[in-house]
Amino acid sequence: MAPVTPAPQAGTGKGPALVAFFVRRLLQSIVVLLLVTLITFALLRMIPGNVAVAVMGPGAYRNPQAIKLFNATYGFDLPWYRQYFLWLSNLARGNLGYSWTLNQSVASLLANRLPKTIALVGISTILALVLAIPIGVIQAVRRNKLTDHAFNAFSTIFYATPAFLIGIVAILLFAIKFPIFPPEGPQGEGLGSIITNFEAMILPIVTLALVTIALFSRYMRSSVLDNLTEDYVRTARAKGASERRVLIRHVMRNSLIPIATLLGLSLPAILAGALITESVFNYPGMGYLFYQSALKQDYPTLLGFTVVVALATVVGSLLADIAYAVLDPRVRYVSS
Amino acid sequence: MTMNLPADPPPGPESSAMGLATVTSEPLGEASAIAPGMLPAGKPRSAFRRSLDVFLDNKLAVTGVAIFVAMVLFCFLGPVFYHTDQVHVNFAIENMPPSAAHPLGTDGNGYDVLGRLMAAGQISLEVGLAAAALATIVGVLWGAVAGYFGGVLDSAMMRLVDAMLSIPTLFLALVVVAIVTPTTPILILVIALTSWLTTSRLVRGEALSLRVREYVQAMKVMGGGGTRAVLRHIAPNAVGTIMVNATFQVADAIALVVALSYLGLGVPPPKQDWGGMLSDGVQYVYDGYWWLIFPAGLCIILVITAAIFVGEGLRDAVEVRLQQR
Repeated sequence: MAPVTPAPQAGTGKGPALVAFFVRRLLQSIVVLLLVTLITFALLRMIPGNVAVAVMGPGAYRNPQAIKLFNATYGFDLPWYRQYFLWLSNLARGNLGYSWTLNQSVASLLANRLPKTIALVGISTILALVLAIPIGVIQAVRRNKLTDHAFNAFSTIFYATPAFLIGIVAILLFAIKFPIFPPEGPQGEGLGSIITNFEAMILPIVTLALVTIALFSRYMRSSVLDNLTEDYVRTARAKGASERRVLIRHVMRNSLIPIATLLGLSLPAILAGALITESVFNYPGMGYLFYQSALKQDYPTLLGFTVVVALATVVGSLLADIAYAVLDPRVRYVSS
Repeated sequence: MTMNLPADPPPGPESSAMGLATVTSEPLGEASAIAPGMLPAGKPRSAFRRSLDVFLDNKLAVTGVAIFVAMVLFCFLGPVFYHTDQVHVNFAIENMPPSAAHPLGTDGNGYDVLGRLMAAGQISLEVGLAAAALATIVGVLWGAVAGYFGGVLDSAMMRLVDAMLSIPTLFLALVVVAIVTPTTPILILVIALTSWLTTSRLVRGEALSLRVREYVQAMKVMGGGGTRAVLRHIAPNAVGTIMVNATFQVADAIALVVALSYLGLGVPPPKQDWGGMLSDGVQYVYDGYWWLIFPAGLCIILVITAAIFVGEGLRDAVEVRLQQR
């Protein structure tokens, strides 16, 4: 598979090249996904100890017959590559494994927890975008002025501050010192508790948003700065467009393209931020469960979730690339 | 998000590349090749001197260096002048507020917080610096080999990078740390093995543009092999990009180790790093024991901010294009 390199060219005859690019990119994603399952499976094999004993208790050592039966039932006596294909075919059918610790299938755990994480990540990402885009534009326009430096200091500090620290300070200030919000996320089952107990969502949402605002506004600033030096800006100004029109109609629209792709690409970072935020606020989402599974060494849950998160990331970056190719007419994809 | 964990690419236009698609991608080396001709007549200065001047003019970058050096001295030389017992638990003096005997109070085990900051900082800094160094070495070699040889090898090597990148660093690190009990060397390994990926992508991009340069071609004509090309030409010529990236790696690695220990998967007691101090301190959040939270938090923010300032200063210094704006 040849590496894909974009080359800016006059935008003629984009259609077929674009389709070819999509197909190549899709094939690449499938290869990457297979590699992810291999890595995950390798981790699965690295786990110390005996699954049969872990599930049935240390008493199983007195009954080698039972261990043998267990291994035969679940395929643990097969060679590693057969185990891998067994695991893979289970994955393909949506069987993510079984958490012996929680006595529940990983898929049902995921179905229970994922909507909550999506709600948290979705709301806070929208909030972050709404704030970060104007901040980035203002910074770029007032480059190296006081406003720029002030926002820059703000975003550097939040970029450098670990999410859990932002969360702790938020709890200290707005839940304990001034008890405006509860210190914990909504605890109820299902998505309903998020709506009925929305004030408990505020601190987690703001914590996660602060982390992402810092990331997005820096990108937006440099994206606008790059675009301000482009020829089309000079053309627009020469044609007598007002500075405001140049900024909003021309520069901002073009600067948003990298942000669209950034959204797809920063999914891993946002999910990591969500894991930390959920742990700080005891918010019963996927990240919090992943963290607890790490403490309890609940490997099936850890690895099942890892595969799902990786799948989300691969799809995210695929969408980011496609969005980029569709949104920017100057980009044409050629294989070198 | 250093948490960043942010363990993600340094902010800036060039990192949006991610090896996928950018319009503005302009190889760094190209710009520096043009630059000498643009110098004003007079005393010619080396590219290194010019970059150094740009770096030293950047107040934030110089402040960053100062803060980082100060923190290293505080953690590694501090204990020489300020002796505390960081091993034996003493519940008689647990959670004491700051006093003359304990300038920053004591924690839940009776450890002096100021002394603990130094000891914990040693671990955070050691793990962060060592992991960043290791990640940089692995990433540079991987990326340079992939970019220089190209073809099937490049595709295979970069698909592995893609695959590992699609598992968020924190998730991967949590899984590994759940499998193997973390000690300082293991933490270094885990963090390095999950964070060399962005470096390798960057260096591969550089290698792709460097391998067609005349001096690399000339060396090949003279019979030089691939190893020589990678070690003597590709890696040294990408050194600017590598240094910038390594600095951000330090920030990310410290953020990651702090996050892991905050989550209770750091070095085992009685050792502790800043993240571990925070996670202990948070248990007393309702008691108002601020000295268990703010000093450690401040140290984390200072060190990571300093590393980011240095990284941004270096990037501006290396990027000649920016100098001319």
